[in-house]
Amino acid sequence: MSLKAHPLLRDWLRRDGDRLQIRTGKVDIGQRISSALVQIVRDELHLPSDRIALAPVTTADSPDEGITSGSNSVEQSGHAIRCAAATLRRALIAAAVDRSGGDPEDWTLDDGLLRRPGSNDPLDLLDLMDSIDADLAVDPKVAKLTARDTAPSAPMLGLAEMVRGTFTFVHDLDAPGMLHARVIRPPHAHARLRSIPEDEISALDDKGLRLVRDGSFLAVAGPREWPVIRAAERLARACDWDAPDFPNIDVFEKLTRDNASTRLPVDKGQPLEEPVPDPPDAPDYTARFEKPYLMHAALGPSAAMAVWDGETLDIKTHSQGIYPLRISISDSFGLSEDKVVLTHVPGSGCYGHNGADDAAFEAALVARAIPDTPILLKWTRAEEHGWEPFAPAMAVEVAATLEQGRVASWSAEAFSDTHRGRPRPGPNRVGPSRLVSNRHLADPIPAQPGTPNMNREGGMHRNLDPIYTFAERRLVKNLVTGLPHRTSALRCLGAVANVFALESSMDDLAIAAGEDPIAYRLAQLDDPRAIAVLETLRDRIADLSATAEGQGRGIAYAQYKNAMTRVGLCIDVTVTDLAEVKLDRAVMVADAGRVVDLAGLIAQLEGGVIQGASWALCEEVQWDRDGVTSLDWDSYPVLRFDNLPTMDVHVLDQPTERPLGAGEASPGPTVAAIANAVHDAMGMRLRRLPFTADAIMQAAANA
Amino acid sequence: MSLTLRINGAEVAVTSEPDTPLIYVLRDELGLKGAKLGCGLEQCGACMVLVDGEAVPSCVSPADTFGGKEITTVEGLADDPTGARVQAAFVSHTAAQCGYCTAGLVVAVTALLQRNPDADTKTVKDALAPNICRCGSHPRVLRAVEEAKA
Repeated sequence: MSLKAHPLLRDWLRRDGDRLQIRTGKVDIGQRISSALVQIVRDELHLPSDRIALAPVTTADSPDEGITSGSNSVEQSGHAIRCAAATLRRALIAAAVDRSGGDPEDWTLDDGLLRRPGSNDPLDLLDLMDSIDADLAVDPKVAKLTARDTAPSAPMLGLAEMVRGTFTFVHDLDAPGMLHARVIRPPHAHARLRSIPEDEISALDDKGLRLVRDGSFLAVAGPREWPVIRAAERLARACDWDAPDFPNIDVFEKLTRDNASTRLPVDKGQPLEEPVPDPPDAPDYTARFEKPYLMHAALGPSAAMAVWDGETLDIKTHSQGIYPLRISISDSFGLSEDKVVLTHVPGSGCYGHNGADDAAFEAALVARAIPDTPILLKWTRAEEHGWEPFAPAMAVEVAATLEQGRVASWSAEAFSDTHRGRPRPGPNRVGPSRLVSNRHLADPIPAQPGTPNMNREGGMHRNLDPIYTFAERRLVKNLVTGLPHRTSALRCLGAVANVFALESSMDDLAIAAGEDPIAYRLAQLDDPRAIAVLETLRDRIADLSATAEGQGRGIAYAQYKNAMTRVGLCIDVTVTDLAEVKLDRAVMVADAGRVVDLAGLIAQLEGGVIQGASWALCEEVQWDRDGVTSLDWDSYPVLRFDNLPTMDVHVLDQPTERPLGAGEASPGPTVAAIANAVHDAMGMRLRRLPFTADAIMQAAANA
Repeated sequence: MSLTLRINGAEVAVTSEPDTPLIYVLRDELGLKGAKLGCGLEQCGACMVLVDGEAVPSCVSPADTFGGKEITTVEGLADDPTGARVQAAFVSHTAAQCGYCTAGLVVAVTALLQRNPDADTKTVKDALAPNICRCGSHPRVLRAVEEAKA
């Protein structure tokens, strides 16, 4: 896909002085894609890393690769850049033959030089690049995935600066004449501004602060950050808001067939515009699993810098999708796209569509009101928690019929609001309508209900299709709209609830069949690489001691989107006397195809276990009729260092197989493995996340 | 009112209002942007600095409460043998993902190892519990701490 849109070598690789410049449209959000792309070029061209540079990712210059999401970056940008580097290598060798003779196979690349035996005159790779046809097309067939002994680990770009505190995040930007800005939010999403007391407005003037107002969008800007923060807090308290009750409902009661705006069957991961088949008559097993609204809850509140010079908007943003965001921002302002330039500057890890895009638009709103002035706008912690688009609450209902203990037919229905709330352009100005502040302007662009995601393995039906060899399957997605919160994409989308449901059920069914959980799964898998993952996991946990009283061991397996990285997991927990789940150990085996960057891959897999464990044990958005009440780290607790398992990650490198996306492969199985471990420890099946001490005590009381 | 603070071994006169939380003095007035604002509520540890050898959040306490104390920011840690060792260990174990929590963690680990160079794993985990990391770099941070102990 990336190569189709950008077919030329110079779209991806260029000479920049004494360095080879990599040009990508994918952005680094802490997943280390930049380090992986440098490693891919090193692999192909044997160029030292200090002679490789990454171009800034900007709509002014970079290849448009859409959104950095879905664990697609290695498979899209990585593939394109590998093909480009291999094309360049072949062209360089041809140029070397032209210049200095020999046959192509005589030439080798090493340390930025091309050499051949019998010649004492090595050629510089970058110098030779100048002689290559400027319009050379990338040949997608030339890259070969060759066998090798060990997988490489790429040095992490920016790490030295991070530990010294000198790495620049968008929050750290500075510019002459820059103003800091803060938004004053309504009490909740449906509240609107009635009035601002006159004396508050004059008090701002007296302090040299600027007030920006458009309808209910309100911001303060000034030269020093702390006075701006203080003024914004004061103004929020002083303003008169029209705040109707926020819908205080039990979302799980709404996630039903009767409330679905659309019901679609799903076949092999693909939603179909067809009638939904009837549910099974007399299933042997039924269960409903539930996941609450979750937050991305980035550690750094969203931020952006914007300047409007009367003609062009220049925006620095940590958005995952600068190109789609550019279209939605230019549409919002009625500007042509070439008058809006977005450049990616790192923020903190985001794990999906958080407040980054909104902050970029809001910085631009303030910049438009205060021209020729760089505006650095930051969200507060309470804004990040209360105003980011959440991952939708979700329910999954499963039913199975069995033959000799094994699954003969499987039915699974997913219920959820949309996972697709990014400001992508579309009909009826849907892109701008998804920028939250557009809903609050004097001339608002109101929110629109979600429409079904019809992409294969997209949205709520991601991993709805079981990976096992069940003979019959009936899969349905139920889109439920009109729910309380704005929702969008969080790491793994529907795969969290779907893998939780499937793998908890497999655990129940294995126990009912009297079989070992790994053996039960192996008997219903036919993918040799899945089998290898689970057999390796079985070997790696074979010598672990049996769990003691109060401890439990849980197994789970999943292949992300049924097409990407395969993960087998074993998690040991202890349930304490206070009903707290303590994580003792995680043993993981993964197959991500050809490993590009082993350290980066393991980091993503381990990080996924920790985020998945945090969802399983801690996280749940809460609200009441006054709005969201999870507004800080006390009211929205997350997993911390004091509940961390020992971690053993084993990667099955497949050097001659396609590299597979891995960033979202481990959280789903983690949630399920913890559920299964808790069941093993307590004999209780918990079917609603999170498994807090309160939830466990409640379940024990009801048992 | 003028306020003098001792930061990274030097006396610095600051002009911010004395009730300004320390982090805004460091970042906005002095250009020391290593400490990150994560919450402004002393709940996440991203803004930690060393104050008389202890890792403390800088996002709430007013600057004038730090008078007469020795403040070391992440930028000043390389001059301390423990700090330099911790920074090197974070690099060799790639103990970061997005890096937003990293500076606070480097400060917290330095304070811990200065006080307790042989801290066992449970002590380390408890000592780092005030620091949130959302990317899940924890296992590598713990490996870096092991290396920095030696």
